[in-house]
Amino acid sequence: MSSPMSTPGGKRGRPSNPSTRKFYIRHRCNSIGLAINSISVDMSSPLMYGTPSSRVDGTPRSGARGTPARQRPDLGSVRKSKQVDLQSEPSAADGAAAAEQPAGQRLVIWGTDVNVATCKEKFQRFLQRFIDPSSKEDENSCLDLNEPLYMQKLEEISIVGDPVLNINCGHVSSFDAELYRQLVCYPQEVIPTFDMAVNELFFERFPDSILEHQIQVRPYNALKTRNMRSLNPEDIDQLITISGMVIRTSQLIPEMQEAFFQCAVCAFSARVEVDRGRIAEPAVCRNCNTTHSLALIHNRSMFSDKQMVKIQESPEDMPAGQTPHTTVVYAHNDLVDKVQPGDRINITGIYRAVPMRVNPRQSNVKSVYKTHIDVIHFRKTDEKRLHGQDDENEQRLFTEARVQTLRELAAKPDVYDRLSSALAPSIYEHEDIKKGILLQLFGGTRKDFSQTGRGNFRAEVNILLCGDPGTSKSQLLQYVFNLVPRGQYTSGKGSSAVGLTAYIMKDPETRQTVLQTGALVLSDNGICCIDEFDKMSDSTRSVLHEVMEQQTLSIAKAGIICQLNARTSILAAANPVESQWNPKKTTIENIQLPHTLLSRFDLIFLMLDPQDEAYDRKLAHHLVSLYYQSEEQLEEENLDMAVLKDFIAYARSYIQPKLSEEAGQALIEAYVEMRKVGSGRGMVSAYPRQLESLIRLAEAHAKVRFSDKVETIDVEEAKRLHREALKQSATDPRTGFVDISILTTGMSATARKRKEEITAALKKMLQSRTKTPVMKFQQLFDDLRGQSETAITKDQFEEALKALCDEDYLTISGKTIRLAT
Amino acid sequence: MPSTNDWINNPLGVVEEMFGKIQVETLPHDSYNTVPSLNDVPLHYLKPNSLVKFRCLIQDMFDPEFYMGAYDTVDPSTKAKVLRCGKYKDVTECGVDLDSANMVTSERQTFYCVPIPGESPWVKEISSCARVVPSTSYVPSRQKRSYEDDDEDDMDTQPQAQGTPAAAEAQGNGDSKRQETEAPSGQKASSPPLDLNFPLPGEKGPACLVKVYADWDSFKLNDTMEVYGILSVSPALSALSDQSDTSSSLILDPAECMETAEELRVHSPPASLVPRLHLIHTQRLAHNNPLLPPAALEDTLASTLGEMVSVRAELLAYFTQLLLGDVLAAEYLLLHLISNVYARRDVIPLGKFTLNLSGCPATAGPAYTEQLYCALQQLVPSAYRLSMTLQNMNQLRLVPRKDYVANRLLSGALQLAANTSLYLDETQLEQGQLDPAGVRNITALGNVISWQKVDYDFNYHQMEFPSNINVLIASEGRSLLPSDCHVHLQPQVTPPNMEAYLGSALTAQSSSQLNKFRLYLTMARTLDYSISEEVTKAVEDDFVDMRKDDPQSISADDLHSLLGVARLLCLSLGQSALSTDAWSRAKHIETLRKSRSEPQGCLNGNEP
Repeated sequence: MSSPMSTPGGKRGRPSNPSTRKFYIRHRCNSIGLAINSISVDMSSPLMYGTPSSRVDGTPRSGARGTPARQRPDLGSVRKSKQVDLQSEPSAADGAAAAEQPAGQRLVIWGTDVNVATCKEKFQRFLQRFIDPSSKEDENSCLDLNEPLYMQKLEEISIVGDPVLNINCGHVSSFDAELYRQLVCYPQEVIPTFDMAVNELFFERFPDSILEHQIQVRPYNALKTRNMRSLNPEDIDQLITISGMVIRTSQLIPEMQEAFFQCAVCAFSARVEVDRGRIAEPAVCRNCNTTHSLALIHNRSMFSDKQMVKIQESPEDMPAGQTPHTTVVYAHNDLVDKVQPGDRINITGIYRAVPMRVNPRQSNVKSVYKTHIDVIHFRKTDEKRLHGQDDENEQRLFTEARVQTLRELAAKPDVYDRLSSALAPSIYEHEDIKKGILLQLFGGTRKDFSQTGRGNFRAEVNILLCGDPGTSKSQLLQYVFNLVPRGQYTSGKGSSAVGLTAYIMKDPETRQTVLQTGALVLSDNGICCIDEFDKMSDSTRSVLHEVMEQQTLSIAKAGIICQLNARTSILAAANPVESQWNPKKTTIENIQLPHTLLSRFDLIFLMLDPQDEAYDRKLAHHLVSLYYQSEEQLEEENLDMAVLKDFIAYARSYIQPKLSEEAGQALIEAYVEMRKVGSGRGMVSAYPRQLESLIRLAEAHAKVRFSDKVETIDVEEAKRLHREALKQSATDPRTGFVDISILTTGMSATARKRKEEITAALKKMLQSRTKTPVMKFQQLFDDLRGQSETAITKDQFEEALKALCDEDYLTISGKTIRLAT
Repeated sequence: MPSTNDWINNPLGVVEEMFGKIQVETLPHDSYNTVPSLNDVPLHYLKPNSLVKFRCLIQDMFDPEFYMGAYDTVDPSTKAKVLRCGKYKDVTECGVDLDSANMVTSERQTFYCVPIPGESPWVKEISSCARVVPSTSYVPSRQKRSYEDDDEDDMDTQPQAQGTPAAAEAQGNGDSKRQETEAPSGQKASSPPLDLNFPLPGEKGPACLVKVYADWDSFKLNDTMEVYGILSVSPALSALSDQSDTSSSLILDPAECMETAEELRVHSPPASLVPRLHLIHTQRLAHNNPLLPPAALEDTLASTLGEMVSVRAELLAYFTQLLLGDVLAAEYLLLHLISNVYARRDVIPLGKFTLNLSGCPATAGPAYTEQLYCALQQLVPSAYRLSMTLQNMNQLRLVPRKDYVANRLLSGALQLAANTSLYLDETQLEQGQLDPAGVRNITALGNVISWQKVDYDFNYHQMEFPSNINVLIASEGRSLLPSDCHVHLQPQVTPPNMEAYLGSALTAQSSSQLNKFRLYLTMARTLDYSISEEVTKAVEDDFVDMRKDDPQSISADDLHSLLGVARLLCLSLGQSALSTDAWSRAKHIETLRKSRSEPQGCLNGNEP
């Protein structure tokens, strides 16, 4: 009797089209009388409660006046494997699929242990009583946390009129574990019960509100499954939540829910519900008894929207060396077109498996099932990154045991040294650099001063490595890139400003303008490794200014003006201009980077070939040992990397240290001390930026210890590391003193002093010979050199000339110098 | 206990028998050699549902599928229910009771496997000679079945097939069967071509969907293995794809409309082209050299270890001849061929040894580099020559890319098995412009050389897969790609006719001699290696001394490469520990090589 239907024309069943509306009216009585949306449930469903299949018109009686129920194809679309034969199971037929338990007169839905009344009652109690004072979710931000959460949401529904109630399964689980278990195990039965409960409650409270359709409950965040790879046959027909990335979405598919037949002879019409993808075409007209006279009328049939979405495992969840899995997901009704390819989402839905038929006309089936997920709830995981203001809600799950090991590790007194030596073990020495990078991986505490007008304080630590080629800078960068989940690796040579930031693209198909993000935005909350920093063009480097201090990227092109978050730490590596590091020059002179950029790095390290015998020996030993270590030893180290990864992830998401009183005092002292050092020699040796760096480093060090408080030892280490880095990079080669102004102004204080001296000497010399207002460049240079007791370079001479020129004391034209009169 | 013969001819029967008892489907060990191989027996000579083996590489991993692990069938006449086992089958028996409580849903994983890319002809030849001839009795019946069932629409194959019963009987004759395999593949072009997704262009051979029932997490992409499994070529599988192409009558069934036509074509290709193999036993291959069977490794090792020094000398002489009398280059070539990434320390691959052989005589045109490749191909089990012409660089797909429409990994030339020799012919590169694709290709080659990894393109993100490819770059000047070691060729002889000279050098080697070389190269690669305390000390002292004299002369990187060369030198001599002799020899040849490349650096421009 059942014959497969052909594709329904091109007609799309948007909820707004007339056929659908008709349907709503027609069903009012039916659904309200029973207060459940029975249409969505096929015959096998236990919720039928003996609903008469014929539709008797009646007047709406109570409660949800005028509010139509809406089908939920996400719940009841396909169910083949577990159907009940109504004839052969008398207990099911009687009392509508509810079986009587011998013990205590309890009715449960067939095949489950769900008692509808109890379940409803429990859920209503949950709605009325559940309070979560510690809620951190952004969507609850404007709600009163001490009032029942979901009652406030119902109120919101009555005002806004969007009849969807999202329920966090975590809440259900903490409120009533049994209810949660039932929800996860029998979503198809329990969710309609929830719907029923919520609607009763809602219309009791807000009897006058008008909704488009009855409220639908959408649970999310079921803790059942996290990873697509761990789905297995036991999860079939259960409520699951998985995370993944959308890779493809299909066109909208109109799916027939109910067919409309009309008799060609007497125009009698009949409606047939689609049952498991099939329509039982009536062979005989009940009115005139003509056989095969009924024809399908497409535009009076009922369709619902459906969309196929393919999701793929997120790259972080995958074991190495395997390809990502994909899963087919069906979105129904208003969930259609909610997600787009490229979105990272969490999906809550019911996992289904359907057997495949080899041939519709053959009875043997292919022994393989097709699996898919009927979506109930989508949650975009990367959405927040655009809105900002999140507290790193990565939701990385750590098992208790793992947390225990991590805590044990953190409690060890030498945890800092242990971790830094576990970092890139194949790279020898450079202990301080590794420590610096370790602190960078942890980062400081994010602070918000937007109320006082200062905006966000940068919490990320930026590090620049410079030094001789072949000192494994690139290896270090590669290692860091492999260690952090959201790392990006670019080379200064190959990247443009656009590639780093973001660009606007016109999608050739949709003609939509799309914002494509570059490496800096992609590494938001991660680390952006930039190799060959010195090879970068100036225009490219200039975009880094904003990123490195404000942590945002402003874009104004193609009619899109926006500010994207780029809270990324930058780990850059630069080579000296003259292939070998020249110890006689300052850092700036060696790498030729603008000091405005350099001052934004918290730590600048030099990686030099130390050329000392003991070092050489240890280095040789280290390298030789690389070549014969056995597999097991290597295995152990890999384990270390995994521990390190988890350690960092845990500390980043759970530890937010604050400055203690003593630590604050220590920081002040340290800063004052730094300022004092320079003031004796007439130069500034520290700026507020250095203080901020110190704070960040101290916070990061506290994170390493899993401590909620920054203490003096943290400040001590921050000070030490900061000093080490300065000693390497900001030592004035002429005097041997550490001079911060090399980094902040590009010139050491002594160099500036020297420049002033030369200028003065030159001016004095010129004043003494006012008779000749015009003189040759070379001659003047020689004269000045003869007069001075210290050597003067041509550069210095030119600089002095320029300074005098700026004073309007003289003018330079070509090779002649003319005194201004 | 089922006999070997039962296993080969009726494996499903054996499984069915074991079903319900303790589930141990183990293959008797002695049967490995008697199983016919899909690599060298054309598909239509193999009996369906028989046990076959296949030497292959995992090219792609499909999604796991759920199948009926056990189910009830109902006899329509008697209404009797029988419990059946669904393992190792694609199609169920008639009359499945879908509502039975006995139904067990199980999970299995599908891998798309292709023959090992770039497998040298000699490997194929030797392994097909070694195989046991399948008994002829079932051959004709399979042949008939095949054409009746799957190829009803392809009437033109029928005459071909009927024309060859004689060939079918002459089982030992490999040639006639080769023709047979090529016949369907040639004809395949006329029907809508099904891209079998081989990594290298111009490859032939069957691709296979391998269904894995246990422990699939241990398999990795690009693993090479020999699989033993039950061949399934049920026409019903291909009927499915025909159906969905033509009829849209099933659209209402949600199972049918979730895949695009491309996806269906890729995931359920006709079984006559891509047979299914239900895995029973896997043997991981450390190498695909048929001369060194894994079982006999220990014995062969012991017997040939002594010979290694003499074989090495012969091989060195042969290489010297090929490299126009350059002994140093010959030595480095030998070291290159036995290199192998044996470990990774965080991001650094250890043991890689990319050789850049510059100064290849350009006057002789492509002939020289081409013939050198031919000579190498005769020695290594798998090799591929990538001629780096501008066109190739701009157009070839080197890096595998995920095709989301068909939901598969489109293969690229860098998807190679471990220890494949990749021969880059840079002499072919001419002046011109690289487009973005070309730049990406060059970067990908650079990544393989420096980090031994390939970043597969998954459109929304990239995924890193480790590789273990021996890259040899032949160029005129120093290559534009990085390399671990650069040797400039200094020809000692200038034969008037290069082609004839090399040709004679090639043909001069007897096949037994070649086999000795092949065995040697694979053996040297598998040896263990260690450094004793004393030698470590000596090396340290040496390094410190060298640095003392002149810190610029040797850096940490130099020590790295020196240690690498020393390791390979030891292995090439069959020694498993570093000796001071080998260390000084390594230093010696490195000095020679450097002295050669330094002046060469400035001369490069003036070189002919």
